[in-house]
Amino acid sequence: MTTPAVSPPETGAGGPAFLAEVMRATPGNSRLDMCIQCGTCGGSCPSAMDMNHTPRQLFAMIRGGMRDEVFRSNTPWMCVSCYYCTVRCPQEIRITDVMYTLKGMATRGKKYPNSTAPDFSKAFISNIEMFGRSFEVGLTARHYLRHYMTRLPAIAPMGIGMLRSGRIGLMPPKRIKGMDGLKKILAKAKDLEAAS
Amino acid sequence: MSSYLYYPGCSMDSSAKSYRDSLDAISGPLGLDLREIDDWNCCGATEYLGTSRTPAYALIARNLAIAEQQTDGSRTLVAPCSACFLNLAKADHAMVESPAFGEQVNAALAAGGLHYDAGSLKVRHLLDVIVHEIGLEAVKAQVTRPLKGLKLAPYMGCMVPRPDYDQRWESHEYPREFDRLLAALGADVVDFPLKTDCCGGHMTQISPPTAFEMIRRLVDNATRAGADMMVTLCPMCQMNIDAFQGEMNHFFKTSYHMPIVFFTQVMGIAFGREPSSVGFGRELVDAHPALNRIGRVEAKTDEEAPSHARVPRAKKTQGLPMPSMADYDEVKL
Amino acid sequence: MSAEEKVPGTPAPETPADDLRVGVYVCHCGSNIAGMVDVEGVRDWAAVNLKDRGVTVAQDYKFMCSSLGQELIEKDIKERGINRVVVAACSPHLHEKTFRTACANAGLNPYLCELVSVREQDSWVHTDRAAATEKAKAILSGGVERVRHHEELEPMRVPIHPASLVVGGGIGGISAALELANAGYPVYLVERTPSIGGHMAQFDKTYPTLDCSACILTPRMVEAGTHPNITLLTYSEVEAVKGYVGNFTVTIRRKARQVDEETCTGCGVCWEKCPVNVIDTEFEAGIGYRKAVYVPFAQAVPKYPVIDKETCTYYLKGTCRACEKFCPPQSIRFDQEDEILNVEVGNIVIATGYQLFDSRRIPQYGYGRLPNVFTSMEFERLSNAAGPTGGHIVLRDGVTEPKTVGIVHCVGSRDRNYNAYCSSICCMQSLKVAHLVKEHTGATVYNFYIDMRTPSKGYDEFYQRLMEEGTIFIRGKVAEITQAAHSPEEEGKLIVQVEDTLAGAQVRIPLDMVVLSAGLEPQADAKEVAQLFGISCGFEGWMLERHPKLDPVATMTDGIFVAGCVQGPKDIPATVAQGAAASARILGRIQQGEMELEPIRASVDEEKCSGCRICNNLCPFSAIIFHEDRMVTEINPALCQGCGTCVAACPAGAISGTGFSNEQILSQIEGLLLRNIVNAAEREAVPA
Repeated sequence: MTTPAVSPPETGAGGPAFLAEVMRATPGNSRLDMCIQCGTCGGSCPSAMDMNHTPRQLFAMIRGGMRDEVFRSNTPWMCVSCYYCTVRCPQEIRITDVMYTLKGMATRGKKYPNSTAPDFSKAFISNIEMFGRSFEVGLTARHYLRHYMTRLPAIAPMGIGMLRSGRIGLMPPKRIKGMDGLKKILAKAKDLEAAS
Repeated sequence: MSSYLYYPGCSMDSSAKSYRDSLDAISGPLGLDLREIDDWNCCGATEYLGTSRTPAYALIARNLAIAEQQTDGSRTLVAPCSACFLNLAKADHAMVESPAFGEQVNAALAAGGLHYDAGSLKVRHLLDVIVHEIGLEAVKAQVTRPLKGLKLAPYMGCMVPRPDYDQRWESHEYPREFDRLLAALGADVVDFPLKTDCCGGHMTQISPPTAFEMIRRLVDNATRAGADMMVTLCPMCQMNIDAFQGEMNHFFKTSYHMPIVFFTQVMGIAFGREPSSVGFGRELVDAHPALNRIGRVEAKTDEEAPSHARVPRAKKTQGLPMPSMADYDEVKL
Repeated sequence: MSAEEKVPGTPAPETPADDLRVGVYVCHCGSNIAGMVDVEGVRDWAAVNLKDRGVTVAQDYKFMCSSLGQELIEKDIKERGINRVVVAACSPHLHEKTFRTACANAGLNPYLCELVSVREQDSWVHTDRAAATEKAKAILSGGVERVRHHEELEPMRVPIHPASLVVGGGIGGISAALELANAGYPVYLVERTPSIGGHMAQFDKTYPTLDCSACILTPRMVEAGTHPNITLLTYSEVEAVKGYVGNFTVTIRRKARQVDEETCTGCGVCWEKCPVNVIDTEFEAGIGYRKAVYVPFAQAVPKYPVIDKETCTYYLKGTCRACEKFCPPQSIRFDQEDEILNVEVGNIVIATGYQLFDSRRIPQYGYGRLPNVFTSMEFERLSNAAGPTGGHIVLRDGVTEPKTVGIVHCVGSRDRNYNAYCSSICCMQSLKVAHLVKEHTGATVYNFYIDMRTPSKGYDEFYQRLMEEGTIFIRGKVAEITQAAHSPEEEGKLIVQVEDTLAGAQVRIPLDMVVLSAGLEPQADAKEVAQLFGISCGFEGWMLERHPKLDPVATMTDGIFVAGCVQGPKDIPATVAQGAAASARILGRIQQGEMELEPIRASVDEEKCSGCRICNNLCPFSAIIFHEDRMVTEINPALCQGCGTCVAACPAGAISGTGFSNEQILSQIEGLLLRNIVNAAEREAVPA
């Protein structure tokens, strides 16, 4: 786990503006500005041991305006969305929703940690934007080919087992009928989000 | 007959075929009429939520919009998958909570000729409908072959009890409703403390060691609790714990054998159906040895699963009394 | 400072009947009012436009409440014959008394003075200068119209009964009772449980001195139990309170102990012989036992036992009666009935204390499920040498001494999921527990905290001491306490999962025992008890004081006081101080012999009252009496606080109030709407 360094003034976009930006991009009132740094989130997180920073640390960094370090952290990508932090937080902060926001901001800013997560995300998203449905086999295969070549032999039995029981299909899913409409909806949504 | 709008989700026709088949089998006996909405799209799972606000919620809300359009009376949308359920509930909740955001989502939907009146549908998980609407008495009435002797670990997973926007469950941490459903089938329900811990979700792709550890914890805890099988209500959880159990064992050099099936499957066999007709046989970690122990399998294997040794309990001495749990049902959790 | 020009215009709508000479005084209040309202402009406007309404003097001043400001008023009364005063300044809550006193000093009846707020109601809440100034004119005009109808009033005087009632026999109630009794006045001390002592009797040691709690408490208990001026009513509850300050009649139910107190010697044979063993959920916090006939603890005051009818074999099945058989002085009385007592008192102190947060509400902490998770109160009983384990700190098996212990701060406190407030005492208590564990067992001790709250005398020094003793402090709110082991080293232990926020990592600490510092909560029936006494509870359920900073023991109801944790979480020194403060107030009243009450009261015109009784149930102060024989309602002037609810409700308009008569209120409205203004142009400025 890396120790966050003090952000030099040149990184820009620091200070309270960054916190406000994160809160604005999260639906509803996330209450992120109410954090008392108690550590319940970091204590509850099932994947915390593999995170660069605990959720609590990340929020301290956000409040410190440490934009680059926050985006380079793998923390939001290691979030499993189990919501333990959210329901236990004594200040009722919507932590999981903030994690989703950070993923999005990191992707758009094209700054993210060296992890396979953003790539997996991209693949999943492109399937949705093409078919309107998810395509597990294609997704997993592509992902493994790119990142886990060496694990392919280990995963083979699982793949074969799934194929045999009919639990995965080799063909891509049928595109939904309203795909054109969905494409328009998503395009409009992206414009609206960029403008807000 | 109770009629509901139904959103199956992407897994039902693929990795969660057993869920689909067993749900089909028990719907009739329970008087559950699930009407699949036409031309639904993927809810985006946890991936699309990490893109940006409006597109993510618009993707989900398209389903709410077409469901609202297609209803012929029912205002409840039921989803069997935890992630789909939570996404649909989340989108509705976000649009109700912040009308300005709701308008923005509707503006996006309008580009596709759609609109959703925030709050006009009730989004519920399948387990919620079965436990709270159909009711345990009705379930019990359909049980012809009680699962006596079968030790089940009720694995509810994380996204149904949390964040629970509509407060359907008694606790975020330790809800007992799922336990009660399985008990109504006659099964021996074990005390499974990790019942709402996360299975790791998509971590199997993103950081496999993390996922394997999370899967291992659950399988280990269920084993120690003495369970013959874990029972779940989410395709992702079932896949992770079932399909990846082998890799997990390989990674940790362990040899756990903890089958995991969908709750509709055990309901099916309790209602008297043959195991293969409710999806048994598709799981990678074979559930038949467990079924054999209660004499409920068609000749797939003669092997009887060994009864898992429980962690030995401390001998009961003249100790200090435990706090009374007699009025626990009235405690405000 | 005043203007005298006459404005030509139509004659006044109403000619003043009497020789009214109204002085108006507009305060700047520094820049609080002057910053938004044109004070001089209002003064000049009043001098001109309210002249026909009786205003003969119009002044302004920087700070009317100052001595010089008050002297302005006094001078005008003495030298210019002012006989009505209107001050436009801050809220009457603050300075109504000040200006009334100034008038009284100058020989004018203080109730001929009216203070209208152009600060809280105007300058502080608006941002448009022009509009705020117009509003100030209207407010002032309303005040002038009203004061024209004021009458000379005299405050009421009521006698103060020298006896007092203290409800609750914990350290707070005992302290209050002893102060009053030692000053020579009679006190009734009512306690719901069989013995006084409260929670303090359950503790082992008290922080930061580590005094034995019972050793410092029991002398007070004995003193209270034997004091000639204290009537001790234990195993009793207040059922009804009637009356008003200085003159309360309280109905008390003395529950039947089933023991004759005249003859019982407290020898203890009855509980020795009793065959029924019951888990003691009260005094022993659920980890010890008592019999069906019992005293709560050895040093109980009074010493008389009580039979618990819910578990006694005689009451359940009609058999046994062993206690009766073996009692040497034959004091068991199975047929004893509850007794109702009516007492007259002048003042009441409520000191009913707190209850502990129910830790079962936090499932992830495992209390109630995992055997070796204990609450702070359970721990006190373990540590106490007179407790169920003889002072041995052991696990739930009753035998094993823990080698590693964790203490969790903030359980159910500072948490919006449970109670948002800080319970004030738990940090110190957690440190105390850490010390006691170390002292008794030598175990390794961890304290898991968010902040270390050690504000009072000797408290932070206590924290330093605990550090010197080798306590391991981990700053992090505990996320989970579990027995689900992740690795072989964790097996068989309680695991505390927490983020060590200072080191920046999630850690899992295997422990033998965990103690939860559960927070404090209002008693379960605090709201009902408050209603009984005619006071209210705040949002969190603590009983409401009159002013949180300047009047923490009085309440909005005269004669009712609060002391101790019933008003909010606090430690023993603060509780004792509040008990003494309440007593001091009461003693002051008793010594004066009588008390002045505000003459602002509602009264019923019996000729107009039709006996419909609509008003009867509306009074929040229970001041309304109905006379069945005459079929009319009467209002008790001593209880009436002048809220006006009944006045508004009466369909016959039969109720009016001194100080807020219909004429006064309607005139004030006319004034606010500037309908009294002669100058047509000014009048048109107000939208209809």
